[in-house]
Amino acid sequence: MAQMTMIQAILDAMRTELERDPKVLVFGEDVGQNGGVFRATDGLQKQFGEDRVFDTPLAESGIMGLAVGLGLQGFRPVAEIQFAGFIFEAMDEIVSQAARMRYRSGGRYHAPIVIRSPFGGGVKTPELHADSLEGMLIQNPGLKVVIPSNPYDAKGLLISAIRDNDPVIFLEHMKLYRSFRDDVPEEAFTVPIGKARIVREGSDITVISYGAMVHTALKAAEELDKSRGLQAEVIDLRTISPIDIDTIVQSIEKTNRAIVVQEAQKSAGTAAEIIAQINEKAILHLEAPVLRVASPDTVYPFAAIEDQWLPDVKRVLEGMNNVIDF
Amino acid sequence: MSQLFETYSITSKPFQILDADGNVTDTDMMPDLTDEQLQELMRRMVFTRVWDQRAISLNRQGRLGFYAPVAGQEASMIGSEFALDREDFILPSYRDIPQMVWHGLPLYQAFLYSRGHQHGGQIPEDVHVLMPQIIIGAQIVQTAGVALGFKKNGKKHVAVTYIGDGGTSQGDFYEGLNFAGAYQAPAVFIIQNNRYAISVPLEKQTAAETLAQKSIAAGIPGIQVDGMDVLAMYRATREAAERGRSGEGPALIEALTYRYGPHTMAGDDPTRYRTDDELNDWEKKDPLIRFRKFLKKKDLWDDQQENSVIEEAKTAVADAIKKADETAPMTISGLIDSMFEDLPSHLEEQKAEFAAKEEN
Repeated sequence: MAQMTMIQAILDAMRTELERDPKVLVFGEDVGQNGGVFRATDGLQKQFGEDRVFDTPLAESGIMGLAVGLGLQGFRPVAEIQFAGFIFEAMDEIVSQAARMRYRSGGRYHAPIVIRSPFGGGVKTPELHADSLEGMLIQNPGLKVVIPSNPYDAKGLLISAIRDNDPVIFLEHMKLYRSFRDDVPEEAFTVPIGKARIVREGSDITVISYGAMVHTALKAAEELDKSRGLQAEVIDLRTISPIDIDTIVQSIEKTNRAIVVQEAQKSAGTAAEIIAQINEKAILHLEAPVLRVASPDTVYPFAAIEDQWLPDVKRVLEGMNNVIDF
Repeated sequence: MSQLFETYSITSKPFQILDADGNVTDTDMMPDLTDEQLQELMRRMVFTRVWDQRAISLNRQGRLGFYAPVAGQEASMIGSEFALDREDFILPSYRDIPQMVWHGLPLYQAFLYSRGHQHGGQIPEDVHVLMPQIIIGAQIVQTAGVALGFKKNGKKHVAVTYIGDGGTSQGDFYEGLNFAGAYQAPAVFIIQNNRYAISVPLEKQTAAETLAQKSIAAGIPGIQVDGMDVLAMYRATREAAERGRSGEGPALIEALTYRYGPHTMAGDDPTRYRTDDELNDWEKKDPLIRFRKFLKKKDLWDDQQENSVIEEAKTAVADAIKKADETAPMTISGLIDSMFEDLPSHLEEQKAEFAAKEEN
């Protein structure tokens, strides 16, 4: 075991897989010599050579097209989109090409690609760096979307993603990169894609979240305990496509109440999908409507006001109280 | 191989071997093909012309589905494909079905693709082509990746892709050229400039004097080729591929050609945007006519051979349609199965739901 930050765990996952499988390639803008703008690929080019870890020209669609083509030739591309806000430039190659490859060819071809990309608010970036775009991504058949909340999961999920034979989008919340350390095994291990984790047990309300909001939800759960002596069960989804609805339903069968907490804007996103599935599978277990705690439906705000825009402990606690007191 | 790409710069006249009357205009560049290979080129062009006519007719009868006619472009399609090795990988656009078929895709699967049947895209394991691309330019960036893959795997193969004149306006077109150039990847980019992007003429597409010159910005060699001349297309593609195989990186070919028919059979009417005179002028440059004249002068082709190919093509099309008709229909549960290697539980549920209905 080693103490790692999330960025170290992500780097370690790529190093582990580059060592294990000669077909793994790591590339993107500034990932080579520079080791990535966040140092997520620091030292990898030196260790594995420019043939395996390399810089690309500055064009996101080109990067993803390159990944699709290399995937067709038997490689396992781990491609970085420098910030998730730039992913629109690559959407055709991701959604219309990579995600459809297996289907269009009836299984003859596939796209064993990982798209790593930093996102997430609270770090005062310029525009179009921090947006939570995962709702737009999970709508697309053929993609898996993973968002880790801690260093351990980040390493295990990234290794799973690299070994997956279908495209996986791996979104890394920038605020979590260096905010805390975890015990992370130095050897290879996997965390399964599509499996949520209960990070706090409780019997009074289920709080479903992912990414940085898991930590906000945990703090709110502590506040709920302090203020009312009630216990929230907090679920870290870890993968938002596919959603582990079984874990959610099992929890709701116990708590009979739920909220979904997401950093993204409120409408038509991950939370909406989760609530639709709860409606289909657990409605008779509910004693109150499932509410969303999310950001308002505006464009991601300018840095000077993002802290007020993002859901915080107070808003999550308020959401929990509203559901409990319904 | 000569230095074709050095000899013909984009500012020179288009590279040509046979003029419209089948006379040799460039003996130095005459490719080293056997009589049998020359006859095979003719056979493939005649076969493809007949198949195209049959496909149009089948479409009108409601028996085919989506189809983009190819008549006029046979030399650029068949000459370029003939220059490739079987292991070379083709990334076609939606009109490039002949290259796929001559590279090994069974004709009935091409027809199934037209019909929107998934088996049309289930390319046989030993056939090195991708499914036809619909999104204009998407194949160009992928080509850089396939080519880089060949380079990294130490294979002496090339990735070959096709796009139209309109496609050169897409950002992906430049991105793909630039990536292939930056990595010196063995890619061959073939622009089939048939002068119209559906209805928009080349003059409204770009102020660039040629499309070949777009290669200059990416730092890769490019030439214009008489795309109605099957020998020039063969030679140019062969040299471009040889450059790639020998580590000299990518190259671009602009084939000057014309489609006689509509953009697709889905209602396009070319009389709305081009004149009969223009069509007639291009038909005088017809690739089959000039190559037939050339072969006849060499006593390598006669009417009997022509008729025999026509009959062969008609039979092959009829057989392929029959085989397409006999292919098992798709199922929704089968489609769901092809979404992922391992189905997540929500798709397993949806598959079971449809499978139950499909059994009834």
